[in-house]
Amino acid sequence: MRIVPFLVSATVTAGLVFTLNIQLKLGATKAPRLGYFLSPQHGFWKNAEGVNKNFDASILANDLKGEVDVYMDDRLVPHIYADHDEDAYYVQGYLHAKYRLWQMDFQTRVAAGRLSEVAGADKLSIDRFFRRLGMVYGAEQTEVFINENNPVMKATVDAYTAGVNAYLKELAPEDMPFEYKLMNFEPESWTPQKTYLFLMFMSYDLTGRSASADLQLTNTRDYLGYDLFDQLYTNQQDSLDPIIPIGTAYADPSIIPMKPLQSDMAYLKKIPNVDIAKIVESPEAPDPNNGSNNWAVSGSMTKSGRPIVCSDPHLGLNLPSLWYEVQITTPTHSTYGASFPGSPAVIIGFNDSLAWGVTNAGRDVLDYYELKFKDTTQNEYWYNGAWKSVTKRVEVIKVKDSADVIENIAMSHWGPVMFDAYYQNPQSKGRNLAVKWTAHNPSTGVETFYQLNRAKNIDDYSKAIQLWKCPGQNFVVATKSGDIAIKQQGDFVARWDRQGDFIMPGEDSSYDWQGIIPFEENPMIKNPERGFVSSANQKSTDASYPYYLGTASSFPLYRGISVNKQLSAMSQVTAQDMQALQTNNYNVFAEQARPALMKFVEMNRLSKDAQRMVQAMAQWNLYNHPSEKGITIFKLIWDSVENAVWGDELAGSLIPLTKPEAFVLLDQMNRDSNFRVADDIRTKDKVESLKDQVLAGIEKATIQCLELEKENKLTWESFKATRVLHLTKIPALSRLNLSIGGGVNIINATGENHGPSWRMVVHLTDEIEAYGLYPGGQSGNPGSPYYDSFVDYWAAGKYYRLLFLSKEKLKQHERTKWHIQFKKAVA
Amino acid sequence: MKFILSILIVALVTYAVGIYGNLPWWSFVVTNLMIAIALPIKPAQSFLAGALGVGALWAGLAFGIDMANNHILSTKVAQILPLGGSYSALILVTAFVGALLGGLASLTGSFVRKPA
Repeated sequence: MRIVPFLVSATVTAGLVFTLNIQLKLGATKAPRLGYFLSPQHGFWKNAEGVNKNFDASILANDLKGEVDVYMDDRLVPHIYADHDEDAYYVQGYLHAKYRLWQMDFQTRVAAGRLSEVAGADKLSIDRFFRRLGMVYGAEQTEVFINENNPVMKATVDAYTAGVNAYLKELAPEDMPFEYKLMNFEPESWTPQKTYLFLMFMSYDLTGRSASADLQLTNTRDYLGYDLFDQLYTNQQDSLDPIIPIGTAYADPSIIPMKPLQSDMAYLKKIPNVDIAKIVESPEAPDPNNGSNNWAVSGSMTKSGRPIVCSDPHLGLNLPSLWYEVQITTPTHSTYGASFPGSPAVIIGFNDSLAWGVTNAGRDVLDYYELKFKDTTQNEYWYNGAWKSVTKRVEVIKVKDSADVIENIAMSHWGPVMFDAYYQNPQSKGRNLAVKWTAHNPSTGVETFYQLNRAKNIDDYSKAIQLWKCPGQNFVVATKSGDIAIKQQGDFVARWDRQGDFIMPGEDSSYDWQGIIPFEENPMIKNPERGFVSSANQKSTDASYPYYLGTASSFPLYRGISVNKQLSAMSQVTAQDMQALQTNNYNVFAEQARPALMKFVEMNRLSKDAQRMVQAMAQWNLYNHPSEKGITIFKLIWDSVENAVWGDELAGSLIPLTKPEAFVLLDQMNRDSNFRVADDIRTKDKVESLKDQVLAGIEKATIQCLELEKENKLTWESFKATRVLHLTKIPALSRLNLSIGGGVNIINATGENHGPSWRMVVHLTDEIEAYGLYPGGQSGNPGSPYYDSFVDYWAAGKYYRLLFLSKEKLKQHERTKWHIQFKKAVA
Repeated sequence: MKFILSILIVALVTYAVGIYGNLPWWSFVVTNLMIAIALPIKPAQSFLAGALGVGALWAGLAFGIDMANNHILSTKVAQILPLGGSYSALILVTAFVGALLGGLASLTGSFVRKPA
């Protein structure tokens, strides 16, 4: 034996194995374990799916009560035919796991504050945020409640969980989803709590904006003083077209919320406080444009005489998509639509008798209460003139390659104390803040969808949505028998004017919620004379509704105006007309704002380039089509004018404050009043008029426009650069620079990374005529041709005809490709 | 002759221990070492046999998978790694990593016994 060469060679070999078996640094992130990742029998190559893969399979499952047949169509949509309801949810769980396992795991890790466990200390601030917000606490409340009170839902979620875990059990390590290999962690068993965590995350996504907005509004009010604040952040929307038509009469309220005595002094006009605490980064707040459109037109408006339901929820655009299409057919019901990987049942869809859709209600259901602790132990806080004890909730955050982090969360009677001496961000400014949030209460949300999947008529629909608590939604429905309706439903707080817009005093019970508005008093309209019902996240009612709805910034104004205006002008409607409306790019905000701007333009006071830009804007056709340049110029000018008008008022603040809503400036321009806020308070020697600010804004925007023009990026599609981002934000796994129009305030609400996440049109003819798609694909595997197969079609505004057929018909349909059979093993 | 045989056995055994995903991805390093001990050839030849056996196997497997996949995943991974999005470069890197480790393992083994 040649000892020296052997030792040298052995050392080099072992060193290389070691190096290729650990995660090396790759830029700011960590590379996968390269040897493992590249090994064609272990690593990513195993995830490169053959483009002609046969998805036929036969699966033995002893947990089933009977047999289940799944037929996959050419878009890889499963049509599940089961003899028992629970079997159907078992198979839904199995298929969600088979096609979306990593996404389900990752999303529920985010919700549970367990990202650091797999991604390292970088993600600790996100984990701490979600832990302290009470995400796990809320999911636990729901789990306990359902286990004790709702055997049917328990059985449903348990069957779903068993299905996910059945897939996990047969998953060979080399077949783990790609992202596990990339990020170097492993799947773990599913639990019912993960399903509830996922639904908590939806509550956060759709109502959690208050968690940052309430702080920002408080700071803005402290900075400006209440009177100026109330002028700039007014709740008065001149052009509001609410969900329930103006003039509808409301019954007397059963709760009359009483404003606490002295609250004008103690609550609305608190003395400014400018301490800046040590900084903890919070995760990005939910997108303010998280919203949606939905509407139903009655048979009186359609060519066929049958109603049509449309629904397109606007959420973050991600790969793998939030949605997964599925048909579920059992002896009790048959339903089709978009489901959430992570939850049983269909969320937005239709069945044999009716179709339903949802939009976000936008109502404020999360408040902060400021506490005074007796001492640094944070064991007691001042409440109604006495010290009251907290309990401590201990949450352990595991951190990859690092020690555990322990959160001792003080639980007050308001809810978890989110911000305190141990956790602060620039907006919380060192305050002790408890969170009260309806999402902390036990939720029976899964049952709402379970029942909607089986609903036969408006009464069933009503019973189903009565169970819905959080996040508040506008549920639209139309039935084959011809009814249409929309109702805003959820647990909504009976608020006095401005209650909860700002941080409330936590030492005084009179600031507590005085009740939840009863189901019967939530806004609803059924079979209205105008022949349609609709919602687009605007305020649900006019000011005659007896309860306070919340700040105007929660209610986008212009999409609703657009939808209602277009629908009012339609007759002889077909499903194709409805597709055209969902993808409509008309800019109703610009229709109002452009003339308001032009009123102030004096061409001879503008530079040559600015004149050219103003002309291009003036000639623009008001459509946000991909190739238009006028919209880009309009947007830049409008933003620039807003900055000129508001910037000076907000510039002196040490922490960033939010701009007032666009309608505030527009309404001021239209009122043509002497608008004192227009003056730039930084120039002492002169008083700027609105005209001065508009002209200055145009010149500033022109500089941006010229730069974009030079780079050939002035068209709306290249300016907006819509992208569908992989959940890790890795560009190579995302779809970038899509050619698609639309935007904020547009019915086709497609922004940069946000927009119609599922488009659905359902014509309630005898044999249902349904269309739909989402910007993703049925497979979550980046190595599959089905990973992003709908994206281009979606961007082009096209639709797929959805197959909703009986087992016999579907089996023989030309678009049916594969068959997965689930059987009990022979004992 | 022993050289050719070594290449074939290395490729075959590497493939065989790779079938079981529960074994670590570097199992072939151990088997290459053992093959080089069992079938002693000169160190340079042994390195080459190990490198060619594993390298060709990995290249062949990756190439076959990639063709069937229309380069969908390899193009993405070649942007992450970063190889300018080139699937051919990614197959080469894959083969090189396999070859280097395979070769070194066989080389190590070749020092244990003198070739007969």
